[in-house]
Amino acid sequence: MSTALLLPALIGGLANGAVYALVALGLTLVYGVLHIINFAHGSLLMLALYAAWILWAAMGVSPYVALPVLVPLFFVLGYGLQRWVIGPAGHGRETNVLLVTLGLSIVIDNLALAVFGPSTRTTSIPLATRTIDLGVMYLPLPKLIAFAAALVLSGLLWLLLTRTDLGRAIRAVARESDAARLVGIRVTHIHAATFGIGTASVAAAACLLLPSFYVSPDAGYAFVLVAFTTVVMGGMGSFPGALLAGLVIGVIESLSGLWFGPSLAPVGIYAVFALVLLFRPTGLFGARA
Amino acid sequence: MTRVQKKSVMGRRSLIAGAGAATLGAPLIAGAAPAPIKIGLLQPLTGFLAYDGQQGRKGALLALEEINAAGGIKSLGGAKLQAVVADAQASPATAISEVDRLAGEGVVAIQGGFASDLVLAATQQAARHGLPYMVDVGVVDQIVQRGLNNVFRFAPGFGKVTAEGLANLVALNDAAGKPAKTVAIVHENGAFGSGMAKLLHEKLPGLGFKIVATIGHPTPERDFTNIALQVKQAKPDLIIPSNYKNDYILMALTFAQQHVRPKVAIYSILGGAASNAPFAAQHPRVSNDIMDCNHYYDPNKPLSKAFAAKVAANKWDLTYELMLNYSVMRVLADAIERAASTDKAKLIAAIAASTYSDTIMPYGPTKFVNGQNTGAAPVNTQIQKGVVEVIFPKAFASAKPVFPIPAAG
Repeated sequence: MSTALLLPALIGGLANGAVYALVALGLTLVYGVLHIINFAHGSLLMLALYAAWILWAAMGVSPYVALPVLVPLFFVLGYGLQRWVIGPAGHGRETNVLLVTLGLSIVIDNLALAVFGPSTRTTSIPLATRTIDLGVMYLPLPKLIAFAAALVLSGLLWLLLTRTDLGRAIRAVARESDAARLVGIRVTHIHAATFGIGTASVAAAACLLLPSFYVSPDAGYAFVLVAFTTVVMGGMGSFPGALLAGLVIGVIESLSGLWFGPSLAPVGIYAVFALVLLFRPTGLFGARA
Repeated sequence: MTRVQKKSVMGRRSLIAGAGAATLGAPLIAGAAPAPIKIGLLQPLTGFLAYDGQQGRKGALLALEEINAAGGIKSLGGAKLQAVVADAQASPATAISEVDRLAGEGVVAIQGGFASDLVLAATQQAARHGLPYMVDVGVVDQIVQRGLNNVFRFAPGFGKVTAEGLANLVALNDAAGKPAKTVAIVHENGAFGSGMAKLLHEKLPGLGFKIVATIGHPTPERDFTNIALQVKQAKPDLIIPSNYKNDYILMALTFAQQHVRPKVAIYSILGGAASNAPFAAQHPRVSNDIMDCNHYYDPNKPLSKAFAAKVAANKWDLTYELMLNYSVMRVLADAIERAASTDKAKLIAAIAASTYSDTIMPYGPTKFVNGQNTGAAPVNTQIQKGVVEVIFPKAFASAKPVFPIPAAG
């Protein structure tokens, strides 16, 4: 039975992998560059899913149209969170930051529960139900869009980090923050901007995910663990790495789901994850320490 | 507003009503209003079961308000019921500590729990305090098979629902000329879904059905495309899914996307969203014709109609958690009324002797045998044009079954 399903499993795996990469892009920046283990990542994803859903439910705005609105909005949110909450409360100690982001996730989750209620919400935009008949399977259009967007976004973020002054400043702060301060880089501003970009990426991921998923106050948790895995497997702070790792994880999950049953699919992911770390401890695209 | 209430709650309405009753009762009992009777409402109000828990709380509070508005517990001088809300947070350990807290606050009984693992933990802890515990959902049959005399389950359990679900399936299939012969099972891989799959493997072959695919998946499952394609390849006449609400919705949407349409029906037993009103209303095309054997009310009773009107007026979702908790509170209040006491042992005896039938459920009078209400039974529902309709048994039906479903058009 598996041969006829092999091709669709591969295609489906790539499509899912692109979504994992999208969710991981923001995380790899914050985790890889700022060394902040952001436990609130899933909660911010959930918040962005709600924001996109509200725009659709209240005004009929398609999540794809909402993307250019929510990305700057979430940049501001992320900037503010780092500048006035996580940064000051962390006092520069990683253990503090860890607890602050954990606390943030609890606050955001329960605020969402209080404000939106516990119902499962879905959108029904005409585009989301469109599929492309590939013969062996129907490829949902939202997944194709997400796939293309993952390529574009990771490319854009890579350009931002390597070719712009902001990117250079972010890398300088990541490498040696005291020296960066000495040459006149405003470190707290750069930290906040980095977190802002990470949060903006989450908003983009949410807009691309919502048409083929759902939102409830616990929706973010479906992606948190796989996003952290993607970041580490790809190499901390590497966008091409996150993209490749996301796709690899999607395909492995899909194939091991096909061969061993969906219950054992996560086992396949972590077996390959362990192998990658065994031979490349810094991840697929990680810089040597 | 869905504020999580952790402290004792006494609505403004019940406070005013209580004050009124105190004034009226003054000549009788020399100015002293009877002390309110505290009932613990234990539900998973936060976490991944929050929807079910909050629905349950609403149902219980609705019944409680009605009982108070009608004069409270008359055998105790019109004493009012007072809810003490507790959040089990979808964690058995929290459920246990909340039972301790409720006992400390002086509740005379606890109702709720929703999920089987929460109920198993909470009922055992309640037994240590000698507290009567009324289970609202908790389908695992072990709940009423541990010899705990304080535990009562109003709704049918796993075994009963599966037996009825399969009997109803055979009846529907026979009436239609036996079009369904092959079955694909899609189940979540926890205690609930795996248990259901195991039971189906034991029973279905004997009923003349051949199982052509059994696919387990974790909760939450992020993508159902592979599963949909595997089901499609197996070409089953029937699909029997057993999974939780979010996954059920995603699964149904993916089935539609991949043009997976069984020849005869999607027939759920305790299906996650298969008789969920918002799912039916939001996705009429995808949800149409989906069948479920589950807890549901008798829509034709006058009490049910009044209940449904109140639910609609509050803009709540009409779901079985709401229905069951509304009913359980009435059964509990009747027992307190008959016991004419808040003594826990007397209350346990009164619940055990209950023969109450004035609920919205399609049950006969309550008859608890070893804690299980043997008068309870599930019904079959089918989503038709965005509405959950009862189709079986005929006595409670609001619509006729569509079986087999029409071919894809």
